[in-house]
Amino acid sequence: MSLNRDQIAMRVAQELKDGYYVNLGIGIPTLVANYVPGDIEVMLQSENGLLGIGPYPTEEQVDADMINAGKETVTAAVGASIFSSAESFAMIRGGHVDLTVLGAFEVDQNGNIASYMIPGKLVKGMGGAMDLVAGAENIIVTMTHADKRDNSKLLENCTLPLTGVGCVKKIVTNLAVLEVKDGAFHLLERAPGISVDEIQQKTAGTLVVPEHAPEMIL
Amino acid sequence: MSGFNKVVTTYQEAMAGLTDDMTIIAGGFGLCGIPEGLTQEIKNMRVKGLTIVSNNCGIDDFGLGILLKDKQIKKMVSSYVGENAEFERQYLSGELEVDLTPQGTLAEKMRAGGAGIPAFYTATGVGTPVAEGKEAKQFNGRNYILEESITGDFAIVKAWKADKIGNLIFRDTAMNFNPMAATAGKITVVEVEEIVEVGELNRNEIHTPGIYVNRIIQGTFEKRIERLTLAKN
Repeated sequence: MSLNRDQIAMRVAQELKDGYYVNLGIGIPTLVANYVPGDIEVMLQSENGLLGIGPYPTEEQVDADMINAGKETVTAAVGASIFSSAESFAMIRGGHVDLTVLGAFEVDQNGNIASYMIPGKLVKGMGGAMDLVAGAENIIVTMTHADKRDNSKLLENCTLPLTGVGCVKKIVTNLAVLEVKDGAFHLLERAPGISVDEIQQKTAGTLVVPEHAPEMIL
Repeated sequence: MSGFNKVVTTYQEAMAGLTDDMTIIAGGFGLCGIPEGLTQEIKNMRVKGLTIVSNNCGIDDFGLGILLKDKQIKKMVSSYVGENAEFERQYLSGELEVDLTPQGTLAEKMRAGGAGIPAFYTATGVGTPVAEGKEAKQFNGRNYILEESITGDFAIVKAWKADKIGNLIFRDTAMNFNPMAATAGKITVVEVEEIVEVGELNRNEIHTPGIYVNRIIQGTFEKRIERLTLAKN
């Protein structure tokens, strides 16, 4: 079975370490916050100026002045701090954020990522993604392995305008966990019940398959 | 006005001097922490050909989005413009020029502009369309591009509290781009929820010192929420 959005988030959450400052992008990455292991503490950074994102508010707690980078209403965790956008990106560009998780349209075998623009179609913008991928040492991309027409999103070379070059180290898709190194995708784990063949078939870039590629444990 | 008292009572006074083809730096992130009344006044003034530097461009009927309808904006410098159908239409048809700028670069462009720094190197955007036409340089073996800072003829800012001489305090994530925007305008106009007497703000808690501020107006805010998201029971 390929993973659903929540299961992808659950698998990413296994990459969190105690004491990590983490930036979670919009979409599946945001869901990672729901699966932080109970025995560790992480502090979530929101690039609009909040370190220490709390749970979504109750109706009584809703405050228009308290949103996350996805513009959703949030609360602040105990110990949170508020700062300007310049300060926020000083944290990000200065390499102070331990882990960044973000979505993408395409990733290629050299760790390039395209996530912000489909020319002639969709105008969206890169938001903070270019800063995040340029600033973070540790980047995990979450996405579906292939699009709805079964075209692979793990390519030899990205075809869309890039968000960053040579920055993606790890990818968690609905089918697999992969590491990007030495110009190839290295299969680390398979989603439960997904064969190496299927992963191979849906990976357009170079895929290195180890002798034993275990199923991930969720 | 007298001395350091920067309080004005009408939006006409607040935005006096704004004319066609000027550059405005605006604070706000999405609809959070935006100078709602000042934006409405810009609409009322019917000025055209504006360049607006702001992280986002509001939505179709609120925030900076209200300036799109009458085509008052010539160019937007923004990092994310995803939630605005009219914006997308004008951009794709070539009526609206857009300079998509990474969010951190945008914040730093304002900060540097306000601090008298004409340009800075950053790794953000290296190898992407953002780097096209920009000077590149290596430091310690890593590639960087040169980004020029931004200043505006006007800056429009939303703050929580101001005293009459323009010391500002922001509230929660409504702070966002506002402190940098405040430094980067030749004329900085601040719309606030509450104006207090000089001396009432704790000097250790002031985010923006009054030296950056030229005009203050008491606003009334709708504070529209873009994505109401509640805890699941």
